[in-house]
Amino acid sequence: MKQLVILSGKGGTGKTTVTAALAHLASQEMSVVLADADVDAANLELVLDPTKREEHDFTGGQLAVIDPETCTACGICAEVCRFEAVVSGDEAYRVAPLACEGCAACFYQCPVEAIRMEEQTAGRWFRSDTRFGPLFHAHLFAGQENSGKLVTLVKQQGRLLALDTGAKLLLVDGPPGIGCPVISASAGADIALHVAEPTVSGVHDLERIMGTTDHFGVPSLVAINKADLNPARAGEIAAFCTERGVELVGYIPYDTVVTEAMVHGQPVTAYTDGPVTEALRGVWGRIREALT
Amino acid sequence: MIITVASGKGGTGKTTVAVSLALSITADRQDLTDQDLADQDLADQDLRDKESDSPAQSESVNPANPLFLDCDVEEPNAALFLKPAIKEHREVGQLIPKVDPDKCTYCGRCAEVCQYHAIAVVPQRVLVFTELCHGCGSCSLNCPEKAIHEVLCVTGTIERGWARGIHPSDSGGLGGVKLPPASGGPGEVEFAQGTMNVGEPMAVPIIRQLKQWVIPPDASASLGGTPGDRPVILDASPGTACPVVESMRGADFVLMVTEPTPFGLHDLRLAVEVAHDELGLPVGVVINRDGVGDRGVDDYCAAESIPILMRIPLDRRIAESYSEGVPLVEALPEYRAQLRELYHRIRGEMAR
Repeated sequence: MKQLVILSGKGGTGKTTVTAALAHLASQEMSVVLADADVDAANLELVLDPTKREEHDFTGGQLAVIDPETCTACGICAEVCRFEAVVSGDEAYRVAPLACEGCAACFYQCPVEAIRMEEQTAGRWFRSDTRFGPLFHAHLFAGQENSGKLVTLVKQQGRLLALDTGAKLLLVDGPPGIGCPVISASAGADIALHVAEPTVSGVHDLERIMGTTDHFGVPSLVAINKADLNPARAGEIAAFCTERGVELVGYIPYDTVVTEAMVHGQPVTAYTDGPVTEALRGVWGRIREALT
Repeated sequence: MIITVASGKGGTGKTTVAVSLALSITADRQDLTDQDLADQDLADQDLRDKESDSPAQSESVNPANPLFLDCDVEEPNAALFLKPAIKEHREVGQLIPKVDPDKCTYCGRCAEVCQYHAIAVVPQRVLVFTELCHGCGSCSLNCPEKAIHEVLCVTGTIERGWARGIHPSDSGGLGGVKLPPASGGPGEVEFAQGTMNVGEPMAVPIIRQLKQWVIPPDASASLGGTPGDRPVILDASPGTACPVVESMRGADFVLMVTEPTPFGLHDLRLAVEVAHDELGLPVGVVINRDGVGDRGVDDYCAAESIPILMRIPLDRRIAESYSEGVPLVEALPEYRAQLRELYHRIRGEMAR
């Protein structure tokens, strides 16, 4: 079983569009398990029309809660909190849930034991069926911590099922950025496909995301999306790939048909045959070779 | 007044809007005379001469100079458009525990209180897992032997400086005119950004320290603040998790830049949940690439009574100028009036 993660650094370069297309194309040749690792803005389900089979709570950590009856408003909790999560009050202090990181420093320092730590349900995760294979996805509740932990959980579940059923590919749609959820999404991947766009930001962000996957020892491939928008910048990305010894697996043209397919809830390759689909077929062919 | 520009979905045009908003609400450089510009260049020179001893910002900041913070510390891009002259930078990170082996009795209390499993005690040794540590300080507070002190583990940098406003000689594109570094004159934007080191997991401490460093404590207007308030614009990262929350905390208004597609709408809803439902902040929407996609965002905003404050049509010229790092209002100056109007509408929304 091989694990492929789709990343980008910069947001909105087309990760999910590419993932959905690869899910469609790969599933025609082999059994695939899908995981949406962008748990705070999960979009893969919007184009895969999943049927939910299982739903579970995600316990993301703890939250401090101050009992207003016991609190003497001494202020020690606010002093020790490094996250500005304790809000002062005349008679009792309280905790701002979104700011609390669950460190329990206040819990241990409170002289009157007015603080308790409560387990938090920070999100939900799902196993669904799609026409391209099983999908593991999740929804991290608004503003919650521990997205990396939920990403790891979603991926682990996908991996277990893939091993169980003898699936050949675990396809992971990654989150933007380079931080903890990205690190969790790329852990254990055989290949990271970076979807880059030919803009100054795209070039800058590609260097940083590739630095991140290099740091964790995950080999990279690059595809340029909306490649004809700025051929000079696309050339710059190509040169950068050559310099880094990274294979450039395709140029995907800019085409509003991509948005149309999204509006119709379809992977673009299932929606239409055209230059975009042709390019994505090429990308998948190169990835398949690289994986074997 | 603090405005955070967010979106949920990535790539919807947060940086495009945030940068152009900042550039549009400076004192109007277009109106400056050549003499003003010459005076300003002299002042710049003056400031640079003084800089060797005091690199800090100029004493009194013109309230018309907006302050811009790039809070997308994982992938900071605004500097590619604003091209600021950086005047000052600092290394930041978080405090991690350091155990004094002479005082430590290996009692294990630190490991017991750590909620992140970032510290483990084995016979005659204490192991610290830096990448798991949140820097809360609880281990050091709870150590009965006072054997733990904290040291800074550098995970990124924060920088500040000044960006030129739109120069009269800029006629779309970069103009080709070599300008002296900006330093707080009329029409300029004070700029700050954080950059997380590659391979580090936690963005929040960098954002928090960036905000503490550059945002004056009185910057947040109570609702209906005076029109003279200095605008502070924060460019957030995509998503809705903790870095975005940190970029919204303390703001007066959250401006959501979205695109009218199913992905845009799905993530906009989540971002509004964070800003409005969880943090209680007023929100408004900018629809970018208007005309592409469907009516979902319009219908949602109407149903939730969220004001649509501006529409930017799908226009290949905008995408092309973006791809070259040219701010929207520089490539297409006709947008300047619209962005000023956007700013006034935000103020209007806040006053309601």
